[in-house]
Amino acid sequence: MDHFVLQINGRTLAVDVDGQTPLLWVLRDTLNMTGTKYGCGIGMCGACTVHVDGTAMRSCQMQVANAAGKAITTIEGLSLNGLHPVQKAWIAEQVPQCGYCQPGQIMSAAALLANNHHPTDADIDEAMAGNLCRCGTYMRIRQAIHRVAQETSA
Amino acid sequence: MRVSRRAFIVSSAVAAGGVLVIGFQLHGPWHLAKTPAPGTNPFDTWVQIHPDGKITLMLAKAEMGQGVFTGLPMIFADEAEIDWNNVIVEQSLKTDGTGGSGSTTGSYTPLRRAGAVVREAMISAAAHKWSVSKESCIAQQSKVIHRISGRSFAYGELVPVARKLPLPDVEHVPLKSPSDFKLIGHAIPSLDIPDKVKGTARFGLDVRVPGMVYAVVARCPTFGGKLATYDASKALAVPGVLQVFPIEPRGFQIYTAGGVVVVAKSTWAAIQGRNVLAITWDHGSHSSETSEALHRDFQSAIAMPGKTIRNDDDVDHVFATTTKHVETTYEFPFLAHAAMEPMNTVIHLQGGKCEAWSPSQSPDWACSAIAKELGFKESQVTVHSTLMGGGFGRRYIGDYPTEAAQIARHVSGPVQLVWTREDDMTHDFYRPAVCHHFTGTLDHDGNITAWSDHIASTSLRAQWDQPEKVKPESAEIGGADNPPYPMQNFRLSYTPVDSVVPRGWWRSVEHSFNVLAVECFVDELAVAAHQDPYRFRRALLVAAQNRKPKPDDKRDYGRFLAVLDLVAQKADWGRPMQRHRGRGISCAPIYDGYHAQVAEVTVKDGNIQVDRIVAVVDCGQVVNPNGVRSQVEGAIVYGLSAVLKGEITIANGQVQQKNFNSYDIVRMPESPRIEIHLMENHLDPGGIGEAGLPLVGPAVANAVFAATGKRLRKLPLRFSEKAA
Repeated sequence: MDHFVLQINGRTLAVDVDGQTPLLWVLRDTLNMTGTKYGCGIGMCGACTVHVDGTAMRSCQMQVANAAGKAITTIEGLSLNGLHPVQKAWIAEQVPQCGYCQPGQIMSAAALLANNHHPTDADIDEAMAGNLCRCGTYMRIRQAIHRVAQETSA
Repeated sequence: MRVSRRAFIVSSAVAAGGVLVIGFQLHGPWHLAKTPAPGTNPFDTWVQIHPDGKITLMLAKAEMGQGVFTGLPMIFADEAEIDWNNVIVEQSLKTDGTGGSGSTTGSYTPLRRAGAVVREAMISAAAHKWSVSKESCIAQQSKVIHRISGRSFAYGELVPVARKLPLPDVEHVPLKSPSDFKLIGHAIPSLDIPDKVKGTARFGLDVRVPGMVYAVVARCPTFGGKLATYDASKALAVPGVLQVFPIEPRGFQIYTAGGVVVVAKSTWAAIQGRNVLAITWDHGSHSSETSEALHRDFQSAIAMPGKTIRNDDDVDHVFATTTKHVETTYEFPFLAHAAMEPMNTVIHLQGGKCEAWSPSQSPDWACSAIAKELGFKESQVTVHSTLMGGGFGRRYIGDYPTEAAQIARHVSGPVQLVWTREDDMTHDFYRPAVCHHFTGTLDHDGNITAWSDHIASTSLRAQWDQPEKVKPESAEIGGADNPPYPMQNFRLSYTPVDSVVPRGWWRSVEHSFNVLAVECFVDELAVAAHQDPYRFRRALLVAAQNRKPKPDDKRDYGRFLAVLDLVAQKADWGRPMQRHRGRGISCAPIYDGYHAQVAEVTVKDGNIQVDRIVAVVDCGQVVNPNGVRSQVEGAIVYGLSAVLKGEITIANGQVQQKNFNSYDIVRMPESPRIEIHLMENHLDPGGIGEAGLPLVGPAVANAVFAATGKRLRKLPLRFSEKAA
């Protein structure tokens, strides 16, 4: 067991875990922050996406030892009240069905929009290709991302 | 309409806290035949009207993203004249099987009647308090208003009086006219979406009970295999691993693999422990099964006459006297469900009671499976059904709750069984592998003179029926046994093919392959008749509309034709397309509705890109247009994954695909533009969770033919396969 100090959603949290443990399981099992989802464990589905120093990362592929000292944002910390522009657009477009993949989708979309205020369809394809949705909400996700872009410029 | 009046019983009960409670029953068509024992409470759904005006609907259907937690309360609240903002939806502890696209179809009338009972009970209570006639009162927005004086009572204020009055007769309670609907037919936002975007929605895998530990199971990768020996020493040395022990496989109708359980303080530690288990498997007697052998079995099966399921007039005579036959074979692989949330269940055994949290489409089945495993009475088992990260039919089955119960016996305190993605992919209950062999003939006018379809498949029912009662064809032929097109001479035959691969219900079940096969073969006949595929179908459906109705044909061909015509119009059918591009059409009367789709594809360098899908839906009364559109969009994408990518292959009796790197699904760049047009009417609602799926495959396959002149007949559609 090793001791790590993590910066998550603006809070400083200490954990005692094996340094090779993926950040995903530290969030879910050690810290009981279950908004970040397990979907595949091999970085192929994007359900576990979080922001690490502002970049969308698959938390199942990041060892906790490498996350220490970096600014980590999870779906729980994307906004104080659940009203980040991306979350509002997700509600406006009624995106989620089962909802399981959506924290990861939202984190990927928020990272895209933070760096690119007006993504094209091709930009969206590229940024979102790593996030699977078995309910097939892709078209609404695309519309929601465009909605954020339009409302930002309005 | 399959709503049974018998399914609806209503009674009021006096509960603590001065609440008016009304109970009723919502058994869906997919309920696994369990009638309440005499003397037990037959209700599964309750309405609670609290004196403070809060109204809780405890709903016996499970939410997996299909929207029942919004659509079903809308039906109830509309009739009950309840302020939508005051409705709270909770999961009933007696939640029924949720599947078969039956929740809205089966619950529409019961929920309307329940709502009307509430409304009339409130009106009666107000009339009683004011000593006026009921007819002088109206209900709206959780209030009863006396029309003459303008006085009003909130529903909550009426609860004490309503509790003392007899309930209105449910069989004769008046229902609203559709023109008075305030919620039904309107696009209402889903009640559960805000929690789902905040990350606070709790799925099965998110259940956290104080003191809970985590378990994973090492299962024999070969179906039908079992544990021979194992050595736990390395696993027990992994930090966080607490226990290692074997569990037995369970057989008929449960079908767990057994194996070695690793219990740990965290999911990750349990997985690490499992990775270092030293296990020798007894691979059993089916370790030679391969997909290639199954393909040969299909070829052998269709080369022989099958069991005749339906035989109208004399197909053989027509074939013998006609020179030109269209003859073709379609083949479908096994498919995994691959719900985004892998299987899991939490169980806590304590003081002779079992508390379970399970993301299950059939918490009632989970309850009986857990009770059976533990030797408990069902009354000792409480199953909380959590939100599900997708269902698609996979979560109907009682295997993972049973495994959790097996594990919980060995663990003191609560334990969460976690399936990894690899477990989920390699121990699913797969869509059957299927083969269709067609022969058809046409006359000079393009009428179908004879149609023969021989289906061979790894039967679902051969796995799930009692061995002495197996009718292997019974869940394999829907969508193929009664095509909507007139055919004087028609034969359907069936041959079951053995396989060790477990089969289960996969979104739209047999329609997913049969509608594809039928609608592609109809397209082949249109080509053989030198006719446009839309005009060919249209002429046949007009002929069906004009003929003397057959006793087993209750279809409304007017509705069907309207759907077909609208899809052709909206999709610009007939407008020329660029090179490498094509349009394909499909239509089917399924799930008590009428559906048609047109796909536009681009095929370049053997790569199929689906650009656009136009879908027209007549599912009767639309409860929530927002929900219906979501379901059709989702079904199209789910179906598209199967058409373009989905394939589970078998080698050595094992599934070869283990994760999304080898069993990929449609991703954002491949997802098409989808346009949905809903027909408006007030006819009985049909099912919508699955109906959009079966049509996308044939629309795409027919579009690929239009674009390339090549007919792909093996799923998934690939140009690397030999094309005819």
